[in-house]
Amino acid sequence: MVDSFGYIALTLIVITVASFFVSKNRISSLSSKHKTKSHSLAYYYGLYAAIWTFVPAIILLLLFAVYANQYLETILVSSLREALPELPASFLDLKAAQVKNIANGVLEAEDAVMAEVAREYEVARGQVMNIRFASVMLVGLAGFGYAYFSIAPALESRIIFENFLRNLFFVAAAVAVLTTIGIISSLLFEAFRFFSAYPFLDFFFGTHWAPNAAFKAAGDAATGEVLGSFGMLPVMAGTLLIALIAMLVAVPIGLFAAIYMAEFASRRVRDLVKPTLEILAGIPTVVYGFFAALTAAPFFRSIGLNLGMDVSSQSALAAGGVMGIMIIPFISSLSDDVITAVPQSLRNGAYGLGSTKGETVTRVVLPAALPGLIGAFLLGISRAIGETMIVVMAAGVSANLTANPLESVTTVTVQIVMLLTGDTVFDSPKTLSAFALGITLFLATLMLNIAALSAARRLGEKYD
Amino acid sequence: MTDFSSLSPAQRQAHIQASLKKRHAAERRLKFFGISAITLALSFLAILLFTVVSNGYTALQQTETRVQLSLPVEKLVDEEGKIDLEKSAAFNWSGLVKKAFRAQFPDVKGMSDRRALTDLISANAGYELRQEIEKKGSIDLPAGEYWIKTSDDVDMLMKGRMSRDIPENQRRLKDQQIAWLDELIEQDNVRLVFNKAFFTKADSREPESSGILGAVVGSAMALVVTVILALPLAVMAAVYLEYFARPGRLTDFIEVNINNLAAVPSIVFGLLGLAVFLGFFGMPRSAPLVGGMVLALMTLPTIIIATRASIRAVPPSIRDAALGVGASPMQAALDHVLPLAGPGILTGTIIGVAQALGETAPLIMIGMVAFIVDVPTSITSPATALPVQIFIWSDSAERAFYERSSLAIVFLLMFLILMNLSAVLLRRKLEKKW
Repeated sequence: MVDSFGYIALTLIVITVASFFVSKNRISSLSSKHKTKSHSLAYYYGLYAAIWTFVPAIILLLLFAVYANQYLETILVSSLREALPELPASFLDLKAAQVKNIANGVLEAEDAVMAEVAREYEVARGQVMNIRFASVMLVGLAGFGYAYFSIAPALESRIIFENFLRNLFFVAAAVAVLTTIGIISSLLFEAFRFFSAYPFLDFFFGTHWAPNAAFKAAGDAATGEVLGSFGMLPVMAGTLLIALIAMLVAVPIGLFAAIYMAEFASRRVRDLVKPTLEILAGIPTVVYGFFAALTAAPFFRSIGLNLGMDVSSQSALAAGGVMGIMIIPFISSLSDDVITAVPQSLRNGAYGLGSTKGETVTRVVLPAALPGLIGAFLLGISRAIGETMIVVMAAGVSANLTANPLESVTTVTVQIVMLLTGDTVFDSPKTLSAFALGITLFLATLMLNIAALSAARRLGEKYD
Repeated sequence: MTDFSSLSPAQRQAHIQASLKKRHAAERRLKFFGISAITLALSFLAILLFTVVSNGYTALQQTETRVQLSLPVEKLVDEEGKIDLEKSAAFNWSGLVKKAFRAQFPDVKGMSDRRALTDLISANAGYELRQEIEKKGSIDLPAGEYWIKTSDDVDMLMKGRMSRDIPENQRRLKDQQIAWLDELIEQDNVRLVFNKAFFTKADSREPESSGILGAVVGSAMALVVTVILALPLAVMAAVYLEYFARPGRLTDFIEVNINNLAAVPSIVFGLLGLAVFLGFFGMPRSAPLVGGMVLALMTLPTIIIATRASIRAVPPSIRDAALGVGASPMQAALDHVLPLAGPGILTGTIIGVAQALGETAPLIMIGMVAFIVDVPTSITSPATALPVQIFIWSDSAERAFYERSSLAIVFLLMFLILMNLSAVLLRRKLEKKW
């Protein structure tokens, strides 16, 4: 009971609701006793007390949720070290997990030493949990006490409550910023740890990618010696090759579809086709991956066999082609928006000079829409290089430095997934290199997005 | 360029007529490209949907075979005639089922032949019989006919997914096994029934006893967490940005961040979850709680943008009226504008959640890709999600998993269509014209 997070949170909520009603009654009785009108409506005093009861206590509870486990972990590790001095560092995590399972009653202790460590851990955990319960309740009640005694008709409780809400709203808006900071700092932190073991330049300009060599010699990885080879050029080249194939499919189809729908199609056709095309955008990427791996790839392979060409069963063509299908609606709807945003006066001018509709589109509308279209293509590329499931399921895992679309290549996202799934030691260069790839991917897509936005903005400024 | 002034009017006319033809042809070409692009895109969609449905629909059925079983009642029940779980656990259910199945072919002798024969029935057949009997609590039919599942290979052959014509050494069922099976079919001992396991079970090593329930529950839990976190945060952020943010660098920075987050690759959110939620905060791996948190961060921009749009769609006069009769800005926003923006916020949330439902990569990063045979019971227990289950199955070698993967996709798409449809209908029903 006492060590359940949900139970404490529920108790706290009950106390908070009680504090709301107690305080609301108190202000009513206070103002009738003093025969004065309170500054705010009675329920604002209830809300005021509820904030004081709930907020500090829940913050404390969340802090416990974060730090109590870390504290217990350090205690556990140190007691394990003491009890089993000859245990290699790489087995520490495994043993620690065993101890937790023994303490939870899931596992039977193998020997007396483990049973003792587990008992110690259980005692320490019990203490921490008791302290947590007691301190959270104490802070909650103290907050309520403070609010209760500060309630007076002159207290501007509505203003205090609204200011609190406003700050809370600001924090909510700042979550987006915090997320960005979280992404950058966590990726950079792990990437720096990788670069402290592996030279920076070799990573970005090396032409040999073989992270599994490090895995085979995992024992040496613990000593800090890097045995794998992490030159990301072939991985990056593979990513770009697949993105290029995807864009070769998506741009012509998406652009022509957008031109037709924006300039030629009747309203009825438009209303029918547009939502249907958007279904393509709503299909989960794992479905495209399934289609690419189990339908498109064998299809291309059999065509290749008939033509006497050797097509890999994980060819870049299959992954890129299906990815292109996925990006079609993205390109077409963005381009459609851009084309319809071109002012009608430009078209009218062209018609006035005797242009046909086709000439107006190709010589006036498209050049005017060009910056926006480029923005749309850049966003499409950003999508393509960040796309994961299609390539994980349909592209290869070995890094080939090739421009042949019939061969198998690998991509940044495939490597991230490969490096971080399965049984891996979290601190090895192999897993850390995934974060170095991650930050590269993040920065690349960020730059593409910014470039796309500024291109689109330039269009807006020109004709507004 | 021709110098028109040197030409006679008739020549000029002819020249223009000729070039007009060309110009109209160019326009027709452009139109043709447009129509073919749309046709191509729509046919891709049709092919995709057709592939999935045509591969998947057979997974709605499962092959079973009839065996005559005699359950040793005294070895399984206590004095009151109820199933004794301890006795049941000690009993060799698998052996019983195999023996009963082999009894139909008394001529089959020899270790390898007998193994080939029992390979026709599901390796889980004994275990599933045990579960069925234990659930019932008593033995109604000590000796009689029971239908048990066949192995996935037999299932594939019965549904026509495995051809009898390919050479024996490339076929998973050998000629002898097919002959036995044909004998069973002749005796009317094989039937195709509705595949209940697909809807009531979680993952399994054996295709015939694997289902999507575990993944659906995992997805549902993660999405509940996503909505609980993302919806309030998004509404608060949107109200702040629309009404309380002072124009300036800080506000611009927040807006740029929100727009940029909407375009960050989903796998990067997975890396964030792995490094921060699992690595730094020590939260449990593979849990729907963490999955939901990562998906919440991902869908946050979508819901914020939708909420802001629907707040802006509420006429300013509503707010002005509230302010005019003495409401504070906060009261005007919360009591008057937000309720009117509610339908728009709701549809935006549904669309955001539909996006989150299809996400796979970030969930793989936080370990929801594990092999889990139990339906998850809490948001901190290990779980997988529906799209991840599709990924896991399509990675498996068995043809039967391929079929189940396709059917799971059909269900995922049905969920998505349902969500988007309800968003559209809600919008139409609740939308106010001012």
